[in-house]
Amino acid sequence: MRCAAAGVLLMWAGCVHGEVQIHGFLMGNLAVRTTGERPPRGEGGAFVLGEERLRLDLSGAAASGRVSFLVKGDLFHDAVSNRVDGDLREAYAGFRGGPLDLRLGRQIVTWGAGDLFFINDVFPKDWESFFSGRPMEYLKRGVDAVRAQYSSPAVNLDLVATPFFRADALPSPKRFFLYDPFAGIASRQERKPPARAANTEVALRLSRRLAGFDLSLYGYRGYWRMPAASVESEVPAVVRFYPRLLVWGASAQRNWLAGVVSLEAGRYGSRDDRRGANPAIPNSEWRMLAGYQRQLAADLTGNVQFYAEIVDQSPPLSAAAGDRFRGILSARLTQFLRYQSWRLSLFLAYSPTGEDFFLQPEISHRLTDRFSVAAGANIFAGRRETTFFGRMRKSDNVYISARADF
Amino acid sequence: MKNHSHFAAALLAAAAGAMAQAPAVLDAAAVLEKSQAAFYYPGADMRARVVMELMTAGGKKRTRVLTMLRKNLPGARRQRYFLYFHEPGDVRRTAFLVWKYPDRDDERWIFIPAVNMTRRIAARDSRSSFVGSDFSYEDVSGRDLAADAHTLLREEKLGEAACYVIQSTPKAPAEFSRKLSWIDKVTFLPLKEEHYDARDQLARVFTADRVETAGSGKAAYPTVLKRTMKNVQSGHRTEVVFETVGYDLGIEADLFTERFLQQPPQKWVR
Repeated sequence: MRCAAAGVLLMWAGCVHGEVQIHGFLMGNLAVRTTGERPPRGEGGAFVLGEERLRLDLSGAAASGRVSFLVKGDLFHDAVSNRVDGDLREAYAGFRGGPLDLRLGRQIVTWGAGDLFFINDVFPKDWESFFSGRPMEYLKRGVDAVRAQYSSPAVNLDLVATPFFRADALPSPKRFFLYDPFAGIASRQERKPPARAANTEVALRLSRRLAGFDLSLYGYRGYWRMPAASVESEVPAVVRFYPRLLVWGASAQRNWLAGVVSLEAGRYGSRDDRRGANPAIPNSEWRMLAGYQRQLAADLTGNVQFYAEIVDQSPPLSAAAGDRFRGILSARLTQFLRYQSWRLSLFLAYSPTGEDFFLQPEISHRLTDRFSVAAGANIFAGRRETTFFGRMRKSDNVYISARADF
Repeated sequence: MKNHSHFAAALLAAAAGAMAQAPAVLDAAAVLEKSQAAFYYPGADMRARVVMELMTAGGKKRTRVLTMLRKNLPGARRQRYFLYFHEPGDVRRTAFLVWKYPDRDDERWIFIPAVNMTRRIAARDSRSSFVGSDFSYEDVSGRDLAADAHTLLREEKLGEAACYVIQSTPKAPAEFSRKLSWIDKVTFLPLKEEHYDARDQLARVFTADRVETAGSGKAAYPTVLKRTMKNVQSGHRTEVVFETVGYDLGIEADLFTERFLQQPPQKWVR
């Protein structure tokens, strides 16, 4: 079905006599757990990731610029589970007329002001990719959506309507050590919101420039991307489901003290459990972020952030007290060396409330314009298994990747 | 040896300059002001397809191909730049937007196509390498003239071109201790620059290798179509060629906004 859609796009692209470009890359990724431990019923032995990927990227546009298309997909062999599969990253057609831009199809949408902390960017993420060392672009998953953008000096309006729900891809228990409150129940089911017109997710962004600020207001009516879980006692089975969610928020960025300051906040309204009475459903909460980025020296950039979540009522299932408030401090340093052919980066996130941290050092080297290699590590630590990074502490891994562009 | 004679001449001239009347100092600054106008500001707008070749002393070569669009805003020296990368593959479709101000930090945004994300980026350190080349951000967009003291050292011929030779010394510590500029007396384009490091050793040399009156739009201006920046200490160098250049093309002001960063109009970036 999707291949057919891509084929139609290609033929249509041929019809408009635009310039069609074909590019892509070959990439190998390997990640190995360094803790010596293996998840129960895990796959791949010590390996978290072992894969070869072929990316094909076709794009084109009519000379008038009114119509354009992009198809971007990966064919990959996953050596850990020994399967060959495909991943359609993006496939959309674009139309431009006057102040309007329209995009139909699978597309990656990213907005908001945070570095790895997402408040108003409610679009699906692939955290398993991120924590197993795949390049950053794989953190974002495409949505099958219609996107309309209206641009004017007064205000820019960006609307994304998604009829087909796509969840976050969370680290799999076959490759990561996860905290499972229902460990005793083997039977698992997943209930995604059915694809009905009434279930269409709508994300909206209004933006403009004001007094040197890039200001945005956001709204989202859809679903939590991370599943809630409840036990159906008759079977018994753990049912994972995606409760309804309403988000309102804002972000602002501007130059400040020789750097860039970022502020973002959002109100997460849990529409299926407004009063926080149902322990299976996440409570409503506030999320906020303040960040500051600055160049510290030639080719060295630093970024610090403080991110906080304040939950309306304590999560009843939580083992730890004081979980109403979760704060995380993060810092990123990026250094380029030797005419930017070497890149060193370090990302550190530390939560004083959870007493847990995450560290991701990475070194990458561009040998030629076509060939690059990278190596890095994902290191987790925490005192308790219930915290976000603490539960990942047995999943420390190191990764390497090599990529050839064409 | 050449460096030493330059240095001696510079010292003598600096001493002479210090004793001379104020107008000589003003002259040097006025020449550089005209030079910046000729080098960074010609026309109401400009488009160029730029090929940069980054070469190590050992002969290893990397290439960047980009489209550069520039628009001057009315009034003070405010400018907007749009840079769109065609090559290499890892940065293809990446775009930079720069709002440049004469009296405060630039505003800069980057569009990263792999995740469809527009980000504001910190822009203070103008010494950082421009896309991995020997040119710094400052070299590409122009250094604040008020940051240096300028002295007209002498007038001499560089090849066939009669030039002013001006020495600029930073008022606050900078990446260079002094800079010598050879400014063409006719076009006011910089034909050569020598940047000296903190130990007063020659560090980088800029040369304008091909200068022609060019422009496919409504106007043509003397343009440096090929330039080189060489790091004489490491042997690394960057050659920049403007394959095409046009002036006064009528580039719309709204091109320099987030909308077009995500997807620039074909007619400007083809």
